[in-house]
Amino acid sequence: MRMRRLAAVLFVLSLLVAPQAHAVQPDEILPNAANEARARTLSKELRCMVCQNQSIDDSDAPLARDLRLLVRERITAGDSDQQVLDYLVSRYGEFVLLRPPFNLSTILLWAFPPVLLAGGLLLFLVVALRRRRQEAVATAPSGGELSPVEQEKLSRLLDKPGA
Amino acid sequence: MIAEIGHYALVLALALALIQAVIPMVGARLRDPVLMDVAGTTALAQCGFVTLSFGALIACYVTSDFSVYNVFENSHSTMPLLYKFTSAWGNHEGSMLLWVFILALFGALVAVFGVNLPETLRANVLGVQSWIAVAFILFILGTSNPFLRIPNAPIEGRDLNPILQDLGLAIHPPLLYVGYVGFSIAFSFAVAALIDGRIDAAWARWVRPWTLLAWVFLTLGIAMGSYWAYYELGWGGWWFWDPVENASLMPWIAGTALLHSAVVMEKRDALKVWTILLAILTFSLSLLGTFLVRSGVLTSVHTFANDPSRGVFILAILVVFVGGGLGLFAWRAPVLRQGGLFAPISREGALIVNNLFLTTACGTVLVGTLYPLALEALTGDKISVGAPFFNMTFGPLLLMVLLVVPFGPLMAWKRGDLLGAAQRLMFAFAVGLIGIAATFAVQQGGPVLAPFLVGFSLYVIAGAIIDIVERSGVRKVPLRVAAGRAVKLPRSAWGTAFAHAGLGIALLGIVGEAYWGAEKIAAAKPGETITVRDYDLHFDGAVNRQGPNYRELVTRFTVSRDGHVLGVLEPSKRTFVSRAMSTTEAALMRRGASQIYLSLGDVNPDGSVAVRLYYKPLVLLIWFGAMVMAFGGLLSLSDRRLRVGAPKPARQRQALAPAE
Repeated sequence: MRMRRLAAVLFVLSLLVAPQAHAVQPDEILPNAANEARARTLSKELRCMVCQNQSIDDSDAPLARDLRLLVRERITAGDSDQQVLDYLVSRYGEFVLLRPPFNLSTILLWAFPPVLLAGGLLLFLVVALRRRRQEAVATAPSGGELSPVEQEKLSRLLDKPGA
Repeated sequence: MIAEIGHYALVLALALALIQAVIPMVGARLRDPVLMDVAGTTALAQCGFVTLSFGALIACYVTSDFSVYNVFENSHSTMPLLYKFTSAWGNHEGSMLLWVFILALFGALVAVFGVNLPETLRANVLGVQSWIAVAFILFILGTSNPFLRIPNAPIEGRDLNPILQDLGLAIHPPLLYVGYVGFSIAFSFAVAALIDGRIDAAWARWVRPWTLLAWVFLTLGIAMGSYWAYYELGWGGWWFWDPVENASLMPWIAGTALLHSAVVMEKRDALKVWTILLAILTFSLSLLGTFLVRSGVLTSVHTFANDPSRGVFILAILVVFVGGGLGLFAWRAPVLRQGGLFAPISREGALIVNNLFLTTACGTVLVGTLYPLALEALTGDKISVGAPFFNMTFGPLLLMVLLVVPFGPLMAWKRGDLLGAAQRLMFAFAVGLIGIAATFAVQQGGPVLAPFLVGFSLYVIAGAIIDIVERSGVRKVPLRVAAGRAVKLPRSAWGTAFAHAGLGIALLGIVGEAYWGAEKIAAAKPGETITVRDYDLHFDGAVNRQGPNYRELVTRFTVSRDGHVLGVLEPSKRTFVSRAMSTTEAALMRRGASQIYLSLGDVNPDGSVAVRLYYKPLVLLIWFGAMVMAFGGLLSLSDRRLRVGAPKPARQRQALAPAE
């Protein structure tokens, strides 16, 4: 009785809810656990092209499901990880890769963090060294000679009563 | 009528903002106290009218006035009252009004608490603050007016996006906006200082509490948003490197850098130019975030409003304020005098290294977020920059920051002792190493990286503890005296320790979630049991329920471990008829700092339900760490020296306290 009611409820609900795939679905999972793990890892590197910012591993979109099935198909056919990625790039372009390849058009992207860090470090060291030299000059005994400005400052201090 | 009042109040606020943007600054130029005083009055009045306007919008929503187009588009008469309330800012127009409301609130706060600021500085700060208000109120009135009417009022509204019908909408946007907008104060102070051509340690003392306040709220806002996405989107992720998330992360990183460089400026009168630049950049990144989210330039899961004409307007605001700010900086910064010499190995040096790493991290996120847009605009090539890129570049930078974090507070100002600091950190190194070894022993052949990251987090936490221990002199005086000293340490010292420890705690959660989680995806029928780790979930059954504005299928799972029943999980799937959309309501069970996470997928024709079951070890530490960081910020904010407003002499207060 309870089961039948549940079945009825589920049936009504399946009509109500618009068909919506939900990330990785049970029927997609490969029987071979090692292959499935590889498929999951690869899925995280691949973009669902209609959802813009999600990997196919996270996405609910039907296209993502197609891609997930495609990845598993290639893996089952014996492709290596790289071959699967190459295959998808050949079909969908580099847009499909969430980790952009290192080439001429992405060189600025990849080089930016290390260059910025190295540049900043260099600047810091140069400034610090220059500062130190200035400090050394400023504190070094300069033969007892005061500059006119210093002389004036000194006399002002000495003249000030109670200072 | 209410909508018209709101509209009119906003127009009046614009008029006041225009006055405030001009008169006080002219007054500051002419050194005319009467003209300068206009700023305080207008700031309060402006805040009053914006509040009235925002209140009017909320009133329209709460009363479900569907003759207002904005309400019609985003509300429904059957929605619970809380969601009617929050849907006021669950849309583009309303959220911009919330933005302006918070901006006006901050302006009023500066006017009230800034009474003992130098007169010209106060006038200039409020003037600059009002430029921002003018720009954004114009934006609302010109392109995004929430008060427009529909001639023939419909009977029912179109409902709020179901994903937004959550408590998260009540908390996340306001917190985040207080953070974003709070940085406008730092910006206004920076621009005012550049206009004045004068800046000193007092300036930093003024800017720091405001920045800290904004930072605390932004930290909480980001953490809350992350937790919301985690439980609402149904696949258990907590950070997606989505451009919209990056848009909130960038001001946070820059704001963190700003906090640290402002310390140097306050204490040592050094790094002035850099601090000013960071203040401008931090708010610029907030504006950039607003632009990215509001213009629809990115089509992402978060973008629920887009319109190119708005994009151009916000881009113009962005160009004017960022360009103007940086231009002014380039022109006036050379006027500022550098002070405070220090050796590279010193606390100043450590804070500079911190700033360097944070700036690089921020730059990396910025480039990663904008690169695809720029490349497509320039060459037409489409590439994707996603989580794998950010994990690979941002991750190592974060670790470098964490390596330096414990050193900073242990170094002396001016000239520090690196070796001495390292010696005092011996205990932290040891804790880290023990953590690595212990984790290796426990996880037995798990991911190699995980133990090292655990060691890292423990090192950071231990480093924060050592900082407090060293300051209270445990090794030099009896424990009791040391405990007394620890209690009496400045609250900012405790704040630093908490904030730094929070980083380590959050990293621990990240590592746990990333490396030791377990997942089970299966189709389950009532009566079946699914297992993840040692937890057995028995599918008891499902019922259909009618909610206020949705129907939901609620399933019931009994969770047990080794035969002991631990509780019940009731994940559900909701279908919102008015928008023909469905949402997944995940069910969570806390086990210590870990969680069992269960969400529903599709219902299959054979009666089985797809379920996604996760075991998320230590996952709660991610947000707990963020809260500890925010708590540290609040502690530091309550430090007498830095309290928002006028610091009162301690002696006077003691005299006033009643004798016990």
